[in-house]
Amino acid sequence: MKIKAIALNTFREAIRDRILYVILFFAAVCFLFSRVLALLTVGDQVKIITDVGLAALSFFGALMAILVGTGLVYKEIDKKTLYTLLSKPIHRYQFLLGKYFGMILTLFVMLFLMTVLFLILLFFHTFKIEWQIFAAVFLIFCELCLITAVAILFSCFSTPILSSIYTLSFYMIGHLSWGLETLIDKINSGLGRAMARVLYTLLPDLENFNIKTEIVHHLPIPPELFLFSFLYGFCYSVFILFLAVLVFRRRDFI
Amino acid sequence: MAEALKITDLHKSFKTGFLLKKKKILKGIHLEVEQGEIFGYLGPNGAGKTTTIKCLLGLIFPEKGEISILGQPYLSLSVKERIGFLPENPYFYDYLTASEFLEFYSQLFFIKKDKKEDKIQSLLRLVRLEKSAHLQLRKFSRGMLQRIGLAQALLNEPSIVFLDEPLGGLDPLGRKEIRDIITRLRDEGKTVFLSSHILQDIEMICDRVAIIVNGEIINSGRLKDLISEKIHFTEVILSGLKEDQLRDLSESFASSGDRIFLKITDESKLEEVLQLVHSQKGKIHSLIPRTETLEDLFVEMVKTK
Ligand SMILES: Nc1ncnc2c1ncn2[C@@H]1O[C@H](COP(=O)(O)OP(=O)(O)O)[C@@H](O)[C@H]1O
Ligand SMILES: [Mg+2]
Repeated sequence: MKIKAIALNTFREAIRDRILYVILFFAAVCFLFSRVLALLTVGDQVKIITDVGLAALSFFGALMAILVGTGLVYKEIDKKTLYTLLSKPIHRYQFLLGKYFGMILTLFVMLFLMTVLFLILLFFHTFKIEWQIFAAVFLIFCELCLITAVAILFSCFSTPILSSIYTLSFYMIGHLSWGLETLIDKINSGLGRAMARVLYTLLPDLENFNIKTEIVHHLPIPPELFLFSFLYGFCYSVFILFLAVLVFRRRDFI
Repeated sequence: MAEALKITDLHKSFKTGFLLKKKKILKGIHLEVEQGEIFGYLGPNGAGKTTTIKCLLGLIFPEKGEISILGQPYLSLSVKERIGFLPENPYFYDYLTASEFLEFYSQLFFIKKDKKEDKIQSLLRLVRLEKSAHLQLRKFSRGMLQRIGLAQALLNEPSIVFLDEPLGGLDPLGRKEIRDIITRLRDEGKTVFLSSHILQDIEMICDRVAIIVNGEIINSGRLKDLISEKIHFTEVILSGLKEDQLRDLSESFASSGDRIFLKITDESKLEEVLQLVHSQKGKIHSLIPRTETLEDLFVEMVKTK
């Protein structure tokens, strides 16, 4: 109940942030650009539009989570609105979770808007609604939930600019770490191989949330892959939020 | 009955500077506040008043010391249900209107739905913001923010309220309004703990005070006991007399137009002056006996420190 009150207030605050609409605009530009790109290339136009569109959804969604998410907690500390809030009968973790879910709600609305734009564009090409897209969008949403958790963790002890850089690095590393997996197969020595494996396990693998290939080529999506990705995102987010609560619990607000 | 607030041996230091050197801010604060009184926490800027209050509310954690509020451990939620807090220079979500803001905070307490609307309305009336209920907080003046801050501190009908510089930055009228609300709270049986460096205000409303300088309490007690009622000197303003007649009767002497200002320490000399005025058909414009003020005491203490 208290978490809900804080979440709704956070939503009210975040949805007013102009930066969201700037990003929304760029996402729309990107969708249109994919059309132009499709016209210029030989090959399946729908495939290109779908590919670029889904990548844009993931990237601009992440950008929203990072740029708005990192400011949420910091702003409350900086403007001292937190002082009165924490003097009310709430636990600090409730505050943090309220912020988190408020941001998730914001991202849900934004992702929904972007998806609708994207589907409209796609509709003009295929004249049917590609329901499979929703599976991909759902996993992108899971990814955004994780990124928001990371953004909130960093913003518990750092300024928005630094937190944004950290979270952006997390996003980049997360999308490149699958390279390690291919590397593991190529390493011969046992030690190097073990180290690469440990590193790969520790680093986030955000490619788990990427099923563009399956969607673009109309391949079946194995349910266990889908479930695994969902659980991966869920557990990872819970873990990161837990860390955030630990940091936040004993912090001095001076 | 338990004390409303009891602080024992509170220590807090901040790490500052590049080397994170520890700087002691609170050096063993002892305080007891009884239920139903207005307690003034006085000290110059930077003495540690805000730091103490932040410790009480669990915003920062002291290194050492014990705090109990209303006889319970101070961090428990059941204590938080019964306290109110107005921070220094309050600032709130500026995109909310006054009533949206109170509505949001009321959700953090268990206030019944049907009572909530009444509660918010009556608080807005109390702080005289009923006309601004639908104005965004970003458009509020300093004084209005202070008042809406006071309203949010009273949402849960707290037993004790902590007010950090509640009169800071307000004009005389605004100060009077807040003072009136504070005395009203005491009359309702609530305990008020307020910090300030504006002494006249404290003097008018506080029952007891503690004076903190450099992180240490250097004096505390009832105002009546701290300040002697002895008359230090008397200020007289008169006219219709020659300056020469008065010169050796007063300590200091000034004139402007036909008015003469005198400062007289000796009571027998005061008698003489009054008789002189009477016999010469002069006129007394004002006569004010000056007792020691909290300010005198304060300045004296801070200096000796
Ligand atoms: N964030 C901070 N870091 C380091 N020192 C601080 C910080 N905030 C306050 N101080 C120091 O703590 C002392 C007490 O501050 P404060 O409690 O705000 O004083 P008061 O409220 O009595 O004016 C001051 O000397 C101030 O310099
Ligand atoms: Mg202060």
